[in-house]
Amino acid sequence: MKHLLGISDLDAATIIRLLDLTDHMVEINQRPMPKVPALRGRTVVNLFFEDSTRTRTSFDTAARRLSADVMNFAVSSSSVNKGESLRDTIETITAMGVDAFVVRHKSSGAPHLITGWTNASVVNAGDGWHQHPTQALLDCYTIRTRLGRRTTFDGLRIAIVGDIRHSRVARSDVEAFTTLGAQVVLVAPPTLLPPAVHDWPVEVSHDLDGTLPTIDVLYLLRMQRERMTDALVPSLREYTSLYGLTADRAARLAEHTLVMHPGPMNRGVEIAVDPADLPGATILEQVTNGIAVRMAVLFDLLGSGTDAGNESLGGAS
Amino acid sequence: MNRVIIRNGTVLDSTGERRADVAIVDGRVSAVGASLSADLDDGATVLDASGCFVTPGLVDLHVHLREPGKEEAETIETGSRAAALGGFTAVVAMPNTDPAQDSLPTIEFVRAQGRRAGLCDVVPAGCITVGRAGEHLAPLGELAAAGVRLFTDDGNGVQDPGLMRRALEYARPLGITLAQHCEVSSLTRGAVMHEGSCCSRLGLPGWPALAEELMVHRDIELVRLTGSPVHFLHLSTARSVDLVRAAKADGLPVTAEATPHHFTLTDELLASFDAVYKVNPPLRTRADIAAIKAGLADGTIDAIATDHAPHAPETKEAPLDQAPPGMLGLQTALALAITELAMPLADVVAALSWKPAAIAGLFPRHGGPIVEGAAANIAVFDPAASWTVQPDRLASKSRNTPYAGRTLRDMVRHTVFDGTPVVIDGVAQR
Repeated sequence: MKHLLGISDLDAATIIRLLDLTDHMVEINQRPMPKVPALRGRTVVNLFFEDSTRTRTSFDTAARRLSADVMNFAVSSSSVNKGESLRDTIETITAMGVDAFVVRHKSSGAPHLITGWTNASVVNAGDGWHQHPTQALLDCYTIRTRLGRRTTFDGLRIAIVGDIRHSRVARSDVEAFTTLGAQVVLVAPPTLLPPAVHDWPVEVSHDLDGTLPTIDVLYLLRMQRERMTDALVPSLREYTSLYGLTADRAARLAEHTLVMHPGPMNRGVEIAVDPADLPGATILEQVTNGIAVRMAVLFDLLGSGTDAGNESLGGAS
Repeated sequence: MNRVIIRNGTVLDSTGERRADVAIVDGRVSAVGASLSADLDDGATVLDASGCFVTPGLVDLHVHLREPGKEEAETIETGSRAAALGGFTAVVAMPNTDPAQDSLPTIEFVRAQGRRAGLCDVVPAGCITVGRAGEHLAPLGELAAAGVRLFTDDGNGVQDPGLMRRALEYARPLGITLAQHCEVSSLTRGAVMHEGSCCSRLGLPGWPALAEELMVHRDIELVRLTGSPVHFLHLSTARSVDLVRAAKADGLPVTAEATPHHFTLTDELLASFDAVYKVNPPLRTRADIAAIKAGLADGTIDAIATDHAPHAPETKEAPLDQAPPGMLGLQTALALAITELAMPLADVVAALSWKPAAIAGLFPRHGGPIVEGAAANIAVFDPAASWTVQPDRLASKSRNTPYAGRTLRDMVRHTVFDGTPVVIDGVAQR
């Protein structure tokens, strides 16, 4: 792999390979000294045009644990505010000599454009409503470890609930989960669905209560407050009553059903129970797995094929 | 005496097709006939048209020349040169300039710059509302008295149905046509591409077909109410074509245009995230393309117009939501129309010449039959020649053609504007 732009670039075997690699990274992260020299001498740039302390910190940690040098480049402190174009920004940083860009951008497709302006690898850390592939991989890893599904999600039924229209997480997860063989149900009011999902490999439901007993994974999306002003839902209260995970609904989940969320949570909106009270909640586990998955992705893009990389990781596993 | 003779071509105009030489003296056709006397060549510019069609000059109802206001993207001179190279002898310049073409001084400035370039007639359209803001009527009467025939807020649709009704009523005695950019803006907020499967997958805000069709429908009913004509700019959806077809069957004075990109390209191209494919209205589906072609074939859509919309390269090197909409069109329109439309050649040329000339009030100076005494605005193109679109070889100041690298047939060989050969063998003469 040269870049990781979206899940649709990956087949099932590649996803499984990355998840297997993640197992190694999890093991490294459990050591007293969680650091290996796999990417020593490599430089990773975190280029975040949109605030995301969580994702940036996760990538930052992942790169450092592989001993890469990390540059953090946030829009607020950059020349972008002085009117520099995206292309000029990329060409300037490329000229400093970097091996990978980790890019977060509010515009769908920005990471695709960036691949045309640099010879470095590009990792999409979230673009607009489009894709967030490392989130989908960490979600797959979490499901795989929690439900013991090493190589396939065949027979798993996963509900993704909430604002799918504006969600890069949903688009990535739908592709990843179905590529691995899961059945996916999108649960949302029609206003929060993309305008055309008839050709997606999913079911669509507007009935969370009817869906709850049938699923192995309940994936809740963040509900943003600005959706109210666009007349997409009447109120957060109504959203919670129809699509939120209330205590009443939580009680009706099957015992093994996982409750997942990409964070940050809106407590009292999409999740109106304390996740600490839910045995199936994986929300903090997802965060932990995020670092290992991002280590796997960075290693796959920058480390594999080099003797130093393989040796250092091989010695670690 | 400025003399030109076009030899060995096949004349194709609204009266039919015939082998003929065309002699021109001081801006007028002086003789048309098979094998005109060789004596006429003396002192004349002789244009060889062997194997070529000789047609009335093409007329583009819809170009953005960016002057005044965005001269870094195009000027009236560079846009006129692209027009001449594309076989056009007249272009209607859209009024979304800065300042907008809503007053006589701006209109006169555009005309003067067109005359200074001297490559084609640059015919400014006026605004329907002041500053294209959709609030107050522009001085339609004053501008009509100064010869402006088409009025539009292109780039914006006139949102307020009450205001559009008043504009049509006011326009009726003036002998002018209002042209609508059909887009109900509350349905297209933030939109960057056609609303459908593709935008759903790419996570981009959609521009629904309905946003166009609602306004087409509204304006057809306003035409029915007021009796005042409306021209529909750049139709892009199948349902819009149906609505216009039905309105014409009812005998209403409506006309319509479609662009080459709307009958050649689909929304799937946006999967590249290349803003060269961003345009307003957006590229749509295969079914829409089929409907636009059918509308052109049965005459529901009167004219092919380019919506030539230059943008400086750096503005198009941006994510889709940040890049401006629009693509170049003047130098590729004729070739695309002939290549892609399964229509008799005479019908294609009609949609590019005499029909738009009539809509813009330019007939017969443009688009008129090539006969003795006619104004010598003439295009000569070679149906056998093929050429490859190279953005940096186009005459426009900008590079945003979606057809880069595509090989097209039908090359414009010569263009005669007002009796002067402004393009000879594919090379602009000024």
